Amino acid sequence: MSSIEERVKKIVAEQLGVKEEDVKPEASFVEDLGADSLDTVELVMALEEEFETEIPDEEAEKITTVQLAIDYIKENLG
Amino acid sequence: MTLTNSLNEKVALVTGASRGIGAAIADTLGALGATVIGTATSAAGAEKISARFAEKGIAGAGRVLDVTSAESLAELLAATKSEFGAPTILVNNAGITKDNLLMRMKDDEWDSVIDTNLSAVYRVTKACLRDMTKARWGRIVNISSVVGSMGNAGQSNYAATKAGVAGFARSLAAEVGSRGITVNTVAPGFIDTDMTKVLPEAQREALMSKIPLGRLGAPEEIASVVAFLASDAGGYVTGETIHVNGGMYMA
Repeated sequence: MSSIEERVKKIVAEQLGVKEEDVKPEASFVEDLGADSLDTVELVMALEEEFETEIPDEEAEKITTVQLAIDYIKENLG
Repeated sequence: MTLTNSLNEKVALVTGASRGIGAAIADTLGALGATVIGTATSAAGAEKISARFAEKGIAGAGRVLDVTSAESLAELLAATKSEFGAPTILVNNAGITKDNLLMRMKDDEWDSVIDTNLSAVYRVTKACLRDMTKARWGRIVNISSVVGSMGNAGQSNYAATKAGVAGFARSLAAEVGSRGITVNTVAPGFIDTDMTKVLPEAQREALMSKIPLGRLGAPEEIASVVAFLASDAGGYVTGETIHVNGGMYMA
């Protein structure tokens, strides 16, 4: 079983078509990893699928970096 | 580029496929190799579709769907995905009319037409979109009507929905183009179906006199345009409304 960090990074890499080593915790999806608005929506949906949860829109908007995604999953599913 | 067998390996969902234009669309996509899920509002209608597919050697099945029910839609899609795979071709064809002059129109006549013809397009498209973005390929075709562009006395509810789906298609085309998904609208004119058979003879004749080609269209003549848009041959067309009306209305 991979850690939450690893699972989140893998999904980010897959969804945004970037290398896993570029998915650093502080990386911003839009500014550093080149995501557009549709990418970020798809990313949140992929996270919802992976972790079998629903992320409300107002929470999803705040998830702008890899670390924020990891934190959200840990807090809400830990 | 050829249309023959061009839809092999694709799963297509066609709403309102038991008769008329929807039946012709389902059969045409099936003939091009797609696995087709054709929906009807009743179990009897769904069985009729299955029987027709079997007779014509089309892969897929008829299924029950009430496009106004999110629950019915969720059930259909879950079953479709496990049995056939996720649809990446969607034809929003199901539609109804409840004609009345606006001054006499009941709220129910307005609401039910909006729900079935417009809100259902939102509902079904949204439910199918995720799998299309994942596949990085998708074809969405909304069936509109010439009435959505030229208007028609007694059809303000119907015309509003038919103009609505075209605007919906243009916006969605802009949203999901980057995912290889095209979204278009086909606007039939006066087609020989049960929906137009109920028109009074005088109205049919009046309409006919305005059609340069001098005849009603056949459902297959709508289906062939949908098939083009669904195939790779139509891959660079998106956000467009294609009028198929024998010249009755030229935009």
